[in-house]
Amino acid sequence: MIEAVGLTKRYGRAAAVEDLSFVVPSGQVTGFLGPNGAGKSTTMRLILGLDAPTAGRVTVNGRPYAAYRRPLFEVGALLEAKAAHGGRSAFNHLLCLALSNGISRARVADVLELVGLDGVAGKRVGGFSLGMSQRLGIAAALLGDPQVLILDEPVNGLDPEGVLWIRTLVKSLAADGRTVLLSSHLMSEVAITADRLIIIGRGRLIADTSVAELLRTGSGNFVRVRSPQRDQLTERLRAMGASVTGQPDDSLHVSGASADVVGEIAREHGLILQELSEHHASLEQRYLELTGDAVDYHAPTHLVSSGNWT
Amino acid sequence: MAEVLRSEFCKFRSVRSTFWTLSTAVLFNVALAGLAAIFIPRNLSGHEQSTTDPIRLSLAGVHLSQIAFGVLGTLIVTSEYGTGMIRATFAAVPHRRLVLAGKAIVFATTALIVGIASCFAAYATFEAFLSGDRLRSSIGDPGVVRAITGGGLYLVVLGLLGLGLGTILRSSTGAIATLFALLFVPSILLTLMPQAWRTTIGPFVPMQAGSQIFVATHHEPDNLGAWTGLGVFSLYAAAALTLGFVLINHRDT
Repeated sequence: MIEAVGLTKRYGRAAAVEDLSFVVPSGQVTGFLGPNGAGKSTTMRLILGLDAPTAGRVTVNGRPYAAYRRPLFEVGALLEAKAAHGGRSAFNHLLCLALSNGISRARVADVLELVGLDGVAGKRVGGFSLGMSQRLGIAAALLGDPQVLILDEPVNGLDPEGVLWIRTLVKSLAADGRTVLLSSHLMSEVAITADRLIIIGRGRLIADTSVAELLRTGSGNFVRVRSPQRDQLTERLRAMGASVTGQPDDSLHVSGASADVVGEIAREHGLILQELSEHHASLEQRYLELTGDAVDYHAPTHLVSSGNWT
Repeated sequence: MAEVLRSEFCKFRSVRSTFWTLSTAVLFNVALAGLAAIFIPRNLSGHEQSTTDPIRLSLAGVHLSQIAFGVLGTLIVTSEYGTGMIRATFAAVPHRRLVLAGKAIVFATTALIVGIASCFAAYATFEAFLSGDRLRSSIGDPGVVRAITGGGLYLVVLGLLGLGLGTILRSSTGAIATLFALLFVPSILLTLMPQAWRTTIGPFVPMQAGSQIFVATHHEPDNLGAWTGLGVFSLYAAAALTLGFVLINHRDT
């Protein structure tokens, strides 16, 4: 379990992370989402004790990361991919890290095989592609067979095969009951594997929720209903506080009432229903809705979409 | 600590720059000793011959090999910052001072062995290439063993100064430039200064102080004694390392 309380990191006046509190529960995959520059990487460096917080604290399994004498057995981390001396072979890079925590050579060979780099173990890291470097970073994270894994944008810059490999790996890690904190700026990457979502924007917490909960609470959710007694149904629904909008195809979009409620009301008043369905905004839409105000640099959409500025 | 030392030694031996800088240093020490033995004695007047310290001459290569040792000591720290490896290192060993101590011990031990061995090799080469009795000395003469061993010690301390500066500055170019500015600039500046400065401040500038350890004969009275000089030189390295130890825990990576 990773627990952050009031975590704050300021660089001069600019705050990279501001009063961030969250819990990454054990045995689950938690997606850590936010637009570029939201403070995801800073937060991860704070978790690993690489950066010191301006205020607040963060613990891993109840203790600050820096308190662990052999942290590789507790937490494996992939930060940026190119965090290795280019002149060292893949095997030696991992061996040097392994030795510092008393991990054996045999384990180094094992993790190299696990990430599919055993064929290039003796090659110098400087010549590795981004995908290979990413695999090497993951091999380093797995050295101590830790229960907690922190992966910062693991699919960034990978080819489709690499993306698929990471997804499969995260799923298998999760199936082992490990705790995974997986950051991305893309909802689509995280939604596939994550149980929970922590969404931040401009260094602040926007949402700490489950995937299902996030979908349920979106403003883009509505119930679609068709009835020959359209006006009567509209009246009844509005009377109980739902908002109803008529659509060009003669259907109604109802928000503020679930499909169950709409069905009940129709039966109560003897109204015929020809269609009744719930529509959820996609995770992507919900994510954009939540982070829209927190994006540092975005195109002025009204200009792009209006098209009458010629 | 044993685990950290093993890890740091693994890093040290597994990059090519270690091998190349050390080989270059050994080559400089031995080759310049040979060249000095062949070319210098025949061009010396009788007076010059009587005022020349043959041990110091046999260690002429130290003037070049010190660059290699300085670069190696600096790179041990700065190459990790330059490549981003430092994050992996500190994530594996959060006790950062242990890492720095490990690096210093691994470097100092290796540099001590290579430095002293190559200085003895330089002296042996010098003696072997001397023709005739001009500038000949014996290893048993007073101060000779101390001066040759001192050549190795000087290289170790210089490398540790680089390691300290590297920890403070975290950039290869910045730290190497600072190291050599610290070594060479004061001597150059002092030649432009009044005589009084040269005799009061002069003996205490890093290279002037440190190089007294490999003077066996013809010690100049204005300069510090052999061990005092090396002591002063070590203080510069100790100051840089201490500042490095203080800063390393208080900085983000």
